[in-house]
Amino acid sequence: MEKIGKNGKPLRHLMTPLDMSVEELEELFDLAEKIKNDPDGYAHICDRKKLATCFYEPSTRTRLSFETAMLDLGGKVIGFSDASSSSASKGESVSDTIRVISCFADICAMRHPKEGAPMVAAGRSTIPVINAGDGGHQHPTQTLTDMLTIRSLKGSLDGFTIGLCGDLKFGRTVHSLVNAMLRYPANKYVFISPEELKIPSYLRAKLIEMKVDFKEVERLEDVLPSLDLLYMTRVQRERFFNEEDYVRLKDFYVLNKKKLELAPKDMLVLHPLPRVNEISVEVDDDPRAVYFKQVQYGVYVRQALIVTLLGLV
Amino acid sequence: MLNVGKIEEGFVLDHIPAGKGMSVFYHLGLDHMDCMVAIIKNARSGRLGRKDIIKVECDIDLLNLDVLAVIDHTITVNVVKDGEILEKRTLVLPKELKGVMHCKNPRCITSIEQELPHIFYLADPEKEIYRCKYCDEKNSEKM
Repeated sequence: MEKIGKNGKPLRHLMTPLDMSVEELEELFDLAEKIKNDPDGYAHICDRKKLATCFYEPSTRTRLSFETAMLDLGGKVIGFSDASSSSASKGESVSDTIRVISCFADICAMRHPKEGAPMVAAGRSTIPVINAGDGGHQHPTQTLTDMLTIRSLKGSLDGFTIGLCGDLKFGRTVHSLVNAMLRYPANKYVFISPEELKIPSYLRAKLIEMKVDFKEVERLEDVLPSLDLLYMTRVQRERFFNEEDYVRLKDFYVLNKKKLELAPKDMLVLHPLPRVNEISVEVDDDPRAVYFKQVQYGVYVRQALIVTLLGLV
Repeated sequence: MLNVGKIEEGFVLDHIPAGKGMSVFYHLGLDHMDCMVAIIKNARSGRLGRKDIIKVECDIDLLNLDVLAVIDHTITVNVVKDGEILEKRTLVLPKELKGVMHCKNPRCITSIEQELPHIFYLADPEKEIYRCKYCDEKNSEKM
């Protein structure tokens, strides 16, 4: 049975990117484009509405993106930015906290170090809950950001050869993006990583079962000419079993100007950020480097999500 | 030869793999019920060599047998009413299990919020894989 929110409209949450159908995603991205092209037209759509940012662990980037999104829509923001400044430090459960927050705000973005916490909140909430990252589990608005960036700059989400490079074993952004993009069947995937950081077996099994065109390689240079999109992630020293392997492989996964010369002129380089050294700063001025534009698209997609979940369109 | 009498109403759970009888007993919550229960361990079986059997005398609407399929879907369930076998029930893996398995993932919200029910969903019916509803971790608990 459909649950009705405190605003009298059907209550919807966002826990994973797969909570939205392909058609709903298209509508969301269309709305994000409209907001991007006509910010004034949406500057008051959330007047008198409040977003609660409940961040049980620090995350400046995601929190500020949500807050900017709400402020640009004319709404207001309340919340906390780490667990020590919330009632969680007194032992309050997530279920109780969200019931209290539901009385104050109209929509909530929740980040929590424990996996599934936003889902627990959604089960008790009378306002829409957006999962803003739950441990290493899901971070759906990052995936929506990546998808909007691709769709806006490439014109569609289908028919691309997508390279994903770096830590493909533990990187949740990679798993989430691949799972979401699998719904667009004409994409091909190239997974570029050291042996130690290859994609998890469940994901490989899923790709095989769905008869997806994919390959796994170790060297970025070997595949760069064939890519339409390159999604970079960080290879962390602590993920390696020994220092020798780390030293041997770390430079394979650093994108610099010389390597980028091998790539097609219209390839896009994406990165969920923060970047450390896996993309040289000399690449930043290349028109193919769109990771800072990605941040801006993150605000648009969060704006579209807030408006959609509040039932304002 | 050990003989256990007929029951008037309830269940005869046959072909339980030898040694799993007590697991079935606890997972069905029979230890909390005041009905008559007979557990026969290591009975001779043509099919299994050895098997366990459980007879439960109770209202047939009282017992939720969902968990049996997870323990072993080859267990035979005979539903008895008025001293006769009313039906032989086929076991189907339930789509969701509540309070049966426990999530062992230390990063899962259930690890810090003790009052939350542990809920698992059937992620892969072919491989009989259940995953935690909250964190998607695969069940690692032996049933």
